[in-house]
Amino acid sequence: MSLVLHLPALQVVLPLISAPLAVLLRHGGVAFAVVTAAAWAAFACAIGLWLQVGQAEGGVISYHIGSWPPPWGIEYRVDRLASFVLLLVSGMAALVLPYSRASIEREIPRELHYLYYAMFGLCLTGLLGITITGDAFNIFVFLEISSLSTYVLIALGRDRRALAAAYRYLIMGSIGATFIVIGIGFLYLMTGTLNLVDMAERLRTIESSRPVLAALAFITVGVSLKLALFPLHQWLPNAYTYAPSAATAFLAATATKVSVYVLIRFWFSVFGESLVFHKLPLPQILLLLSLAAMFAASFTAIFQDNLKRLFAYSSVGQMGYITLGMSFDSVNGLDAAILHLFNHGITKAAIFLLIGGLVLGLAKPGAVLPTPTFDRLAGLAKRMPFTCFGIVLAGLSLIGVPGTAGFISKWYLILAAMEAGKFWIVGAILLSSLLAVVYVWRFVEVAYFKPAPEGSVRQEAPLSMLIPAWLLVIGTIWFGLDTSFTVGTATEAALQLVRVGK
Amino acid sequence: MTALQLAFVIPLLGAVGIVLAGRSPNLRESITLATAVLLFGTVLQLLEPVLAGARPELVLFEILPGLNIAFKVEPLGMLFGLIASGLWIVNSVYSIGYMRGNDEKNQTRFYVCFALSLASALAIAFAGNLLTLFLFYEVLTLMTYPLVTHAGTDKARAGGRTYLAILMGTSILFLLPAVIYVWHVAGTTDFTAGGILPAGMDSGLVSVLLALFMFGIGKAALMPFHRWLPAAMVAPTPVSALLHAVAVVKAGVFSVVKVVVYVFGLDQLTGATDWLIAISGFTIVAASIVALHADNLKRRLAYSTVSQLSYIVLAAALIAPLSIVGAALHIATHAFAKITLFFTAGAIYTAAHKTEVSQLDGIGKRMPWTMAAFTIGALSLIGIPPLAGFVSKWFILMSAAEGGHFLAVAVLIVSTLLNAAYFLPIVHAAFFKPLSAEDEHHPHGEAPLPMVLALMTTAIGTIALFFFSAPLLRLVQPLVAS
Repeated sequence: MSLVLHLPALQVVLPLISAPLAVLLRHGGVAFAVVTAAAWAAFACAIGLWLQVGQAEGGVISYHIGSWPPPWGIEYRVDRLASFVLLLVSGMAALVLPYSRASIEREIPRELHYLYYAMFGLCLTGLLGITITGDAFNIFVFLEISSLSTYVLIALGRDRRALAAAYRYLIMGSIGATFIVIGIGFLYLMTGTLNLVDMAERLRTIESSRPVLAALAFITVGVSLKLALFPLHQWLPNAYTYAPSAATAFLAATATKVSVYVLIRFWFSVFGESLVFHKLPLPQILLLLSLAAMFAASFTAIFQDNLKRLFAYSSVGQMGYITLGMSFDSVNGLDAAILHLFNHGITKAAIFLLIGGLVLGLAKPGAVLPTPTFDRLAGLAKRMPFTCFGIVLAGLSLIGVPGTAGFISKWYLILAAMEAGKFWIVGAILLSSLLAVVYVWRFVEVAYFKPAPEGSVRQEAPLSMLIPAWLLVIGTIWFGLDTSFTVGTATEAALQLVRVGK
Repeated sequence: MTALQLAFVIPLLGAVGIVLAGRSPNLRESITLATAVLLFGTVLQLLEPVLAGARPELVLFEILPGLNIAFKVEPLGMLFGLIASGLWIVNSVYSIGYMRGNDEKNQTRFYVCFALSLASALAIAFAGNLLTLFLFYEVLTLMTYPLVTHAGTDKARAGGRTYLAILMGTSILFLLPAVIYVWHVAGTTDFTAGGILPAGMDSGLVSVLLALFMFGIGKAALMPFHRWLPAAMVAPTPVSALLHAVAVVKAGVFSVVKVVVYVFGLDQLTGATDWLIAISGFTIVAASIVALHADNLKRRLAYSTVSQLSYIVLAAALIAPLSIVGAALHIATHAFAKITLFFTAGAIYTAAHKTEVSQLDGIGKRMPWTMAAFTIGALSLIGIPPLAGFVSKWFILMSAAEGGHFLAVAVLIVSTLLNAAYFLPIVHAAFFKPLSAEDEHHPHGEAPLPMVLALMTTAIGTIALFFFSAPLLRLVQPLVAS
């Protein structure tokens, strides 16, 4: 049988095998090789699936695990949106893993390196599994796999506060997961099925009953916790700040984004537009919380002294744009959400990867790594020109300057707001992007205008860290100019979701 | 490769060459000069076809479905492109004298950013649609930011902050939604003679959209968003001269005229511009009054620029064929006069280390060429024949009188008086007042030769433009020929 037919299974199985292998081999270098190879293979699978979806009947690939046909067996289901998120997640892993080697050298004790790679492999497995599965309970299982491995990844951080951050995330994440499993339980109770497509069909007949609405509420709140929707974001800033740099970059680009994917999946493919948008005031609530995130979190970001924390708060604000796009209930709005999911993913990953290099550059040989606080960044542009310029370029994408990826998502977001006739939201989107100008320029002024301390020498990050980071920086510019891939895929995905959700 | 492609490739290659030659100043400056000359030659090649009625086009790629990064050369852009690239040659000669004379640091970065700024200005000039214009409008802001903050001091950083805050703020808050709204209602952003907005659009909406454009194009320095221009004066004088008297500010007013003519169309705007006449009129008078009180020479010139830019906005707001021609001409005539004045300010700073108007007593005896050029530039801005400024002012004044806009006529007359009031005392002090006792002991002569050559060239240009305004008229006439 042709291997190509089994891409959906390989997509998840390959990284899943790599993780225990890494543990068994117990050697940092070997574990690195195994997990990296698995991530690259997963990326290749994702590319293959992305291509296959275009040719598949109805734009959907349905894969039956163990050849048990759904709804009895577990179905893996890849539509346009899933293929897009798979590409993002596996692509990020393929870039971040090579970066990890030099990065964790000084951040994690050597005897724990194999654990880092094992957890990375598991986290990747979980995120890919959530995205690809067409089974509600499977989503929960993979969610737990990715969450548990994430807690470990964060706790591996060199700073002792990483433990507290991981613990906090553990509590919040578990609450979120519990809510999700309660919601899924209700759905199972009402429909007697766990297959998402089957569930959606059966829900059409009973949609307004109270347990279904309760399920919608539980799932929405639970997923919102995982995607750090304001004000459920409290776990995020510390987790991002104290996790190892490479883990932060990977999580920022993928974990919250996959949660958004889950929310979109449940809202549009399972519960359906009419239930979500017309029976409950969910869009209104989401709209207000998104706006609150855009302003409150971005505003908080301005006053952070730690660069990593600054961009962590910026992430909460940027998630606001994504959820705002969802709240419009229009193709353009959904388009904006999906686009920003991708565009912000690569932008923020680029920034966190560069900050990882920046921390290494700040460190004195042999000493513990310093926190990247602003007083240490004075005149850094002279010492680390590539790192600093990369952060500026990616920062422009956060602002949404034309010619960068961030501009494209903003364009669709504003278009969606105009279509909805909500001009005050247009104003809010634009005002909030000015906040991004402020926090990005805080970095520019310190790094480029403050005089460097005496005796500082030029010391760039190692190439194995600069190259993946700069590939992403180039990506933020590339996807701001040639948008045929991003806009094309996102539009197709949005149309597919809305068509199915009707 | 077509001339239009070359017009972008040459400055980009030039920038690369400047970086590579960074270690050898002579080679680096030769590359800058060669790039400027080649660029002007290339842009000049476009003139003939455009005069003949052709509209060279270049589509780069599709950035969003249905929206291209595209260029199309039409008369107004041709005019702006010629001025920006032509004056770059003169300015490069001047820069060499200034940057060396003042021992400026980071000269390679300076010349690179300059070349890239020029490329962005040309991209704005030749932009074929609103999105392309907006893209390079923002790029120009970012490219000029390192030039404004060149000195790297706290003062430069503060100036840069104001510069960026106002230009980015207005463009994101007002210009971007205006561009997206045009796309939303018209389904296109291509510049088209007669406008692209759907007929019968609500006139209130038209006014709001116009306001978004006018205040969104912060580079036109309409009050109350003018503060970035005086803030940008912390830059080295060649930057103030070419960018903040020509390329950047003209990109602003150029965009204003372009939007009025090619997005709204003159008919659509009938009756919707009264408030704009009032605001631009206010800016003209208020900025002149501030200029009157400014003792710092560059600050006085900056406020004079704010005032003169609003001449062009006012002319556009009059929405008569004659006034549009006047607006286009004023882009050219003000460019020559104001770059001359900035050149002289820089020459005075380099030769005599003076920055304040009150220090200029008797300086005309020591720097006769410089101050003669200053006089020519000043008289042109006041609008005295036979100098270029007279021609454009005449068109605007005629059009205002013809249309019965007496407020505009009054503003123009008052402003002429104010112009005279803040420029003529400088001329008088320079030539007719004695040197102060302290200055007697600090002898100095003219600025370095490249600077004097540059400022004489533009001064002569100011005179020449008066006598040879016919070709200019022929170029801009098609703007209103429909």
